Amino acid sequence: MSEAALGRFYADGEIIARQGDVGDCMYVVQDGEVEIVLQEDGVEMVLRSAGRNEVIGEMAIFERKPRSATIRAKGNVRVLTLDKQNFLRRINEDPSLAFRMIETMSHRVRELSHEVAALQAALRERESKHTG
Amino acid sequence: MIAGSTDLDEGLNANGESVLRDGSRIAVLGGGPAGSLFSYFVLDMAERVDLRLEVDIYEPRAFEQPGAIGCNMCGGIVSETLVQNLAMDGVFLSTEVVQRGIDSYVLHTDVGSVRIATPNDEMRIGAVHRGGGPRDVTEPRWESFDGYLMTSATERGARVIRARVEEVGRVDGRPTVRVRGGEAQSYDLAVVATGVNTSILKTFEGLGIGYRRPLLTKTLIREYYLGEEAINASLGTAMHVFLLNIPRLEFAALIPKGDYVTMCLLGEEIDNALGDVFASAPEVRAVMPAGWDPEAPSCQCLPHINVRGVEKPYADRVVFIGDSGVTRLYKDGIGAAYRTAKAAARTVIFEGISERAFHDHFQPLCRSIRSDNRIGKFAFVLTRLARRFTFVRRAILTISRDEQERGRRPRLSGVLWDMFSGSAPYSDIFKRMVHPALIARGILALPGSCARARKSPIPASGTVQP
Repeated sequence: MSEAALGRFYADGEIIARQGDVGDCMYVVQDGEVEIVLQEDGVEMVLRSAGRNEVIGEMAIFERKPRSATIRAKGNVRVLTLDKQNFLRRINEDPSLAFRMIETMSHRVRELSHEVAALQAALRERESKHTG
Repeated sequence: MIAGSTDLDEGLNANGESVLRDGSRIAVLGGGPAGSLFSYFVLDMAERVDLRLEVDIYEPRAFEQPGAIGCNMCGGIVSETLVQNLAMDGVFLSTEVVQRGIDSYVLHTDVGSVRIATPNDEMRIGAVHRGGGPRDVTEPRWESFDGYLMTSATERGARVIRARVEEVGRVDGRPTVRVRGGEAQSYDLAVVATGVNTSILKTFEGLGIGYRRPLLTKTLIREYYLGEEAINASLGTAMHVFLLNIPRLEFAALIPKGDYVTMCLLGEEIDNALGDVFASAPEVRAVMPAGWDPEAPSCQCLPHINVRGVEKPYADRVVFIGDSGVTRLYKDGIGAAYRTAKAAARTVIFEGISERAFHDHFQPLCRSIRSDNRIGKFAFVLTRLARRFTFVRRAILTISRDEQERGRRPRLSGVLWDMFSGSAPYSDIFKRMVHPALIARGILALPGSCARARKSPIPASGTVQP
């Protein structure tokens, strides 16, 4: 991995953004892979991974709430920060910049809908086995 | 409103103004950042509104080739803001395109140097080769920036015509383009993104559309081969800028890239002799590795840059973007190409291609860039004062170092960072330059700076966060 490329280098396991912290930026993975991890009641759950050119942590830009999950390096990774202030200023000048963000979020909602449907199906199957 | 959604077959909206429709043809003259980004954005937006367009990019250069044949003659800095904006627009600058990420600026003067770093020590600025690299490159290890943007446009559906445009005209109000040995092609819209180092712009003055070429000045750009290791050990990942009291020299920078260092000079009546004077200055030699020969550049050029934008960079079915129209003074020309390209794309898709559409929806951005440049000129007058007077240079170094050591709010460091990097509008920089708190810091630093200026110079160095 190039030492002189854009972004910041994180070694395997290093935290890029921590669950519960207030975020003022989102990230784009320049090189390598990161994982999005949810910690609840001391239990850790990997929600998904993100690879090269994927934008992550965008909820912090639109919600004034603590980060909902931790972003962690999975192997060596290079990540570029995208500032909230710059992004919102640019949207003010160029509303079409929001297209892509809405597209990304819409894609995530679709993925989550599929996951919810799959979980419901699995739950129904489990319940029918118990009752049967 | 979506301009292309008219029901009329003639490409006119309900007000009788020209709009794009399914099958409309667009000629983009020039495949540099402005032309390629316009093509990318216009095709992206057209797809979103279900509009089918044909986009031809006329570009004779082959950007993958080293030397003049593939070069767009530019320092090759992609500002912090532009790196982020491109990423938000889905144009990701990979490690193959960015030859070196820049994480700091080092300001050099005859009385010392100071380093200004990005927050979190992150590489937030991209140093790129616009073409295939200097003429002595035998095996290119990086991808050309302009070539990458052009590929992004062709992946969206643009077609590249590798030919030099010889003639432009207007027939029945529609623009026509003719290349050598070819017949004139009629288009619904011509987008002029040729830059200023071309004679074709003169042709547009003769079309009676009110276009007048921008005011130009020369710059000097030299590329020196040093090798990656030598650059890592000397210039590192910092861009080096110089405030030296050399007559005619306004601003100078050394930009480290993969195996090369780019030297950029701005000023009055720039020529090779001025380049030689700068390259032999002790402050420059101190930065470059031992054994460097300033008289042996790999290549050099004296391109023109736009220093006063076009008053009316549009007409009915014609729009001028990037350097051909309006750009930022001295800095962030690629950023201005991005902004004007995207504003033009938005206008033609959502508002139309009439003169009025461009006046109402494209011209405001051009006007704001021109106004900002007027403030920029004044900001550069202040940096000229710093070049002229030793005590001002000392005060700058003292304040910047003080901001670092005492963890004070980086008022001057932030101003210097944005002046060098082109990351913020000049109006914003100027407001911070004349902030009472910064002026107070300056007044407090002056007595000591004046006293030291009379004694022997004390080298000053340090790292500050903007």
